[in-house]
Amino acid sequence: MTQVMGQAVKRHEDIRLIRGQGQYTDDMKLPGMVYAYIVRSPYAHARITEINTSRAASMPGVVAVFTGRDVKDEVGLIPTAWIPPDADLKVTPHSVLAYDEVRYQGDGVAVVIAETPYLAQDAALAVDVKYESLPVVTDPFEAQKDGAPQVHTDIPNNIAFHWKAGENLDEIFAGAEVVVKQHFRQQRLIPSAMEPRSALAQYHAAQGELTLWATTQNPHIHRLLMSGILGIPEHKLRVIAIDVGGAFGSKIACYPDEVIVSWASKKLNRPVKWTETRQENFQVTTHGRDHVQEVELAGTRDGQIQAIRVKTYANMGAYLSTAAPGVPTILFGLIVNGAYKIPHASSEVLGVLTHTTPVDAYRGAGRPEATFLVERMVDLYAGAVQMDPLKVREKNLIRHEDFPYTNAFGLQYDSGNYQETVSKALQIFDYPAFRREQETLRKQGKYIGVGFSTYVEMCGLGPSEVAGAVGFQGGLWESATVRVHPTGKVSVFTGASPHGQGEETTFAQIVAEELGIPVDDIEVIHGDTAQIAMGWGTYGSRTTAVGGAAIHMANEKILEKARKIAAHKLEVNEEDVTYDSGVFSVRGLPSKGVTFQEAALDAYLAWNLPPGMEPALEGTAFYNPKNFTYPFGAHIAVVSVDPETGDVKLLRYVAVDDVGRIINPMIVEGQIHGGLVQGIGQALWEGAEFDNQGQLVTGSFLDYTVPKARFFPKFETAHTETPSPHNPLGVKGVGETGAIASTPCIVNAVMDALRPFDIQDLPMPLTPQKVWQAIRQAQTKEPAESK
Amino acid sequence: MYTAPFEYRRADTVEQAIGWLANDPENSKVLAGGHSLLPLMKLVLAQPQVLIDIGRITALKGIRIEGDDVQIGAFTTYREIVESPEVNEFCPLLAQAAQTVGDVQVRNRGTIGGSLCHADPQADMPAAVLALDAELLIEGPSGQRTQSIDGFFLAPFITSLAPGEILTAVKIPKLPAGAHTTYLKRPHPASGYPLVGVGIWLTVHDQVIDNGHIGITGIADLPFRARHLEDFLKGRLLDAATIAQAGPLAADDANLDDDPYKKNLLQVYVTRALSQFGESFAAKGLNGKS
Amino acid sequence: MASQRIPVTLTINGQKIVRDIEPRTLLVHFLRDELNLTGTHVGCDTSQCGACTILLDNQAVKSCTVLAIQADGSEIVTVEGLEQEQLHPIQEAFREKHGLQCGFCTPGAMMLGAYLLNHNGPLTEETIREQLDGLLCRCTGYENIVRSIQRANEIMNERQNAQQAARATGVG
Repeated sequence: MTQVMGQAVKRHEDIRLIRGQGQYTDDMKLPGMVYAYIVRSPYAHARITEINTSRAASMPGVVAVFTGRDVKDEVGLIPTAWIPPDADLKVTPHSVLAYDEVRYQGDGVAVVIAETPYLAQDAALAVDVKYESLPVVTDPFEAQKDGAPQVHTDIPNNIAFHWKAGENLDEIFAGAEVVVKQHFRQQRLIPSAMEPRSALAQYHAAQGELTLWATTQNPHIHRLLMSGILGIPEHKLRVIAIDVGGAFGSKIACYPDEVIVSWASKKLNRPVKWTETRQENFQVTTHGRDHVQEVELAGTRDGQIQAIRVKTYANMGAYLSTAAPGVPTILFGLIVNGAYKIPHASSEVLGVLTHTTPVDAYRGAGRPEATFLVERMVDLYAGAVQMDPLKVREKNLIRHEDFPYTNAFGLQYDSGNYQETVSKALQIFDYPAFRREQETLRKQGKYIGVGFSTYVEMCGLGPSEVAGAVGFQGGLWESATVRVHPTGKVSVFTGASPHGQGEETTFAQIVAEELGIPVDDIEVIHGDTAQIAMGWGTYGSRTTAVGGAAIHMANEKILEKARKIAAHKLEVNEEDVTYDSGVFSVRGLPSKGVTFQEAALDAYLAWNLPPGMEPALEGTAFYNPKNFTYPFGAHIAVVSVDPETGDVKLLRYVAVDDVGRIINPMIVEGQIHGGLVQGIGQALWEGAEFDNQGQLVTGSFLDYTVPKARFFPKFETAHTETPSPHNPLGVKGVGETGAIASTPCIVNAVMDALRPFDIQDLPMPLTPQKVWQAIRQAQTKEPAESK
Repeated sequence: MYTAPFEYRRADTVEQAIGWLANDPENSKVLAGGHSLLPLMKLVLAQPQVLIDIGRITALKGIRIEGDDVQIGAFTTYREIVESPEVNEFCPLLAQAAQTVGDVQVRNRGTIGGSLCHADPQADMPAAVLALDAELLIEGPSGQRTQSIDGFFLAPFITSLAPGEILTAVKIPKLPAGAHTTYLKRPHPASGYPLVGVGIWLTVHDQVIDNGHIGITGIADLPFRARHLEDFLKGRLLDAATIAQAGPLAADDANLDDDPYKKNLLQVYVTRALSQFGESFAAKGLNGKS
Repeated sequence: MASQRIPVTLTINGQKIVRDIEPRTLLVHFLRDELNLTGTHVGCDTSQCGACTILLDNQAVKSCTVLAIQADGSEIVTVEGLEQEQLHPIQEAFREKHGLQCGFCTPGAMMLGAYLLNHNGPLTEETIREQLDGLLCRCTGYENIVRSIQRANEIMNERQNAQQAARATGVG
């Protein structure tokens, strides 16, 4: 065999990207194209009393100005596509342009279309909108209280849904030897993909067809939803996403802007392009996380965890975005027990509306929030029972022999060897030596700390039956067509829609390995609904686990047919034909063979095929996974804290991850690096802030800290490989692990460094100011107050 | 985002620029490297009707020695300052501060004149030019004048430049031979602007501080000279005890709000900046132990 | 006022370009919209992200913060101009060391990297990380960008050595 899988094959997509030949949506230019600029509300909550567009409409180059009232009867509302059952979910009507009330800063109220983007902006600034400001609420805990300002008048207490899982734990907690309680604030994050969102629509009036180029992670979901919103039948709609410049969950949602340009293109019969500014990206592209969590953990005095109970107030923003309700429920609430054998658990989630940017998936989506709370609770519990946090982990981790393991919520973890990742991490990091050094340094007034995170996550989304059962309004299988051309070259069509993850390469490796052909003979095509029958897109670390498995199945079909053709040509029984390194040969007669390319040509010429066989050589498969996949690992962070400034410095970061079988180690490592930086960013620097009027205070890269290169040491990464048993390739998923594991790891490390000051917890991000204030308070506190 | 429309004029001489500026000083802006002005214009926070580009005026470029001064043209980039042998020999503090501005690309394009005229209280260069007693050469409709840097910054984003005037050069007296210099900065993690920046030069003989100036930026509403601190230091041993006492004095000249963290930062950064001089005699027990 | 148009002459990737432009045209938009050189990207409004970095008279600058008219008479190199007969060392290294994922910041990252290669400073892990302040990348975690720049430096030296060797052989 060629052994292409498992190799660090250089990326195919790079060939165009390093030459500046990528094709991002904003790079597109069509004849007659005009440009849209959306006028947005500066208020977080206000009534629109008047919109005067006449001055804007008369400005140079302006083609049209439309307001919410022009659009509202011609297109549908922006839908929510994940409706968790039994959660009393209320729909939040979301017009593509607001016409009566604006509900967050950035809500669109009008659109200007002009001959150049410069002229469109000039005119947009001249649209005169009068508002009457209304009371604002931004915090989810405050918003669900009686009397809080209402975001949608018919949704009392702003509670959009109320979801519960697990059992009543009152008795267990009442009888527990040790109970640890803690509030956590999962701050709001701004995904900040480097490519701003963009959409270009071209309506072909004669055919009644619309083509939409868009920055999306899931073009087929877009086609499905847009068809409903626009009233254009699905077969007349084509959605294309060629190169997408990062997304991290923020390009899953169906946004008003894409609908506006589509509608306008039809209205004006011209191609219309819209590209958001970075300022708009901050204000209107979905944010992530934002929970208030009340967590309780019950355990024995000797370190056995018995139960975990979580109540969460999840800030959903002003509208329920496309996938948003699933994030703090299914993807969070069912895995709050983490990698530990915790027999009893319960989750309760209130999805609360506020006058803020809608929240949706952000790298990890739900699982970082769950992992954070359980990893922090384990540390706090370790402190309460005066045990080493690593010992408590080792005592409670699910053991290798327990797999498949069913957690307290009924999720079945597929496979794992958690102890092995811990051992491997401890080979890299000398824990006893660290504790000695820490002790020595403390005596000198220097503070270093170590944090652990032994995590598990669920990804590879997922079985479609489960998707249906949990209210996801779509399937979660994936499609693949592997088309062998007459010369034996191969085009692969995938329904996944990678946007930086490198599957043009990984998928080609799967095909090269399984079909025994050179990797350069394979082209992977994605992101075009006209070329790919159906697919559900790239998110939830699902692409290789689900889309890759579909390719594997398509390969099997091709090999089966090619083998028949070869057997026919060799005039032997199919069972006597072996296949190795691209050649079919007769068992025991290696000199007589048919190459893969010869079989392909025969299939197309069809001069002499086995009786009854159809011509051509192509395999299409639809893979519906049997379960989620469950990557896991052990991370260790070492930090120092400067007590004079509160500065936290990351000194070391060890990440041992098990993401199942690895197809391309170079790409896997890159995914982990990226995830780590985002997860560490949450712990130390990132955090969206609104003032009490709902104005986004951190509205640019000047205020919101996207981490920079100099903030990090070199990462120390290693792997174990435990295949997923239910997935034909054995792969699990790697896109989110770094972001899931690292945030609590860093916070645990900082808290460990601060142990001499007896500081229990600090809210993220752990800015120098917060750390310094906590140290100062601790220093001025009466000694009697400390435990 | 895009700037609002404007009329563009490229000046070949300072006189020409001043002439144009005089036509409508309120609605005209001088464009140097553009790294302060263009971002504001792109956010439509500034909408000049006329932009006068001074980037081609050769008289505004370059660094040269004029007697006891180093004269730096207003249109000199941070990178040129960082790499200038004259600056590094006679007023290295200026290069030390310029080296921390923005990032590589910004330093390649942004100019000292642009930075000073923009008068952002969170800028690096003011700390250095204040400590270095810079004199500003200014030309306007009524001719040339010089202005001490002291008194140039009137309020955030407001300088003593009169309408119609252009900053043409920055004149920096050569430092005494053997002066120690440092610029210690705490950048905002996102913007890179100084949350506090401390620029110091000192002359020390036999461990006794002869003379020295301290300019501080970022932390107060305006950049300032820490004169109380300078007075305190003169004639004292540069040792741990002096440095420990010195730290708190910087606040005496600062218009700080009552954020205790800012006060602390100022003190810590002054202490650490002073401690950098001659590790040999300052290393013992300097870490704020009191 | 909006109708003012000014002639601008630039040499872009070795080719002389003359156009009449509106003075407010930013260099990045001139490259992308007028010349279809869409490899240079726009990632922010505030001069932070560096996706638009190009070489302007051999200096790495952010083309979103330069008016095209300011660059009149200058020589510009964009990502499209890096490759000369063979891939530029920075291009080869970014691919070899997986210095890119989504590719959006990559042109800016490579232009900055190419600039750093030619500016003689030591290219240690630490100095490279410091000199990447003007680049935001949300995908790679930067580590492979650092490796790529180091590797590009090696490739550049390897090529120079090979050239010298070839020349020596030629003379001999």
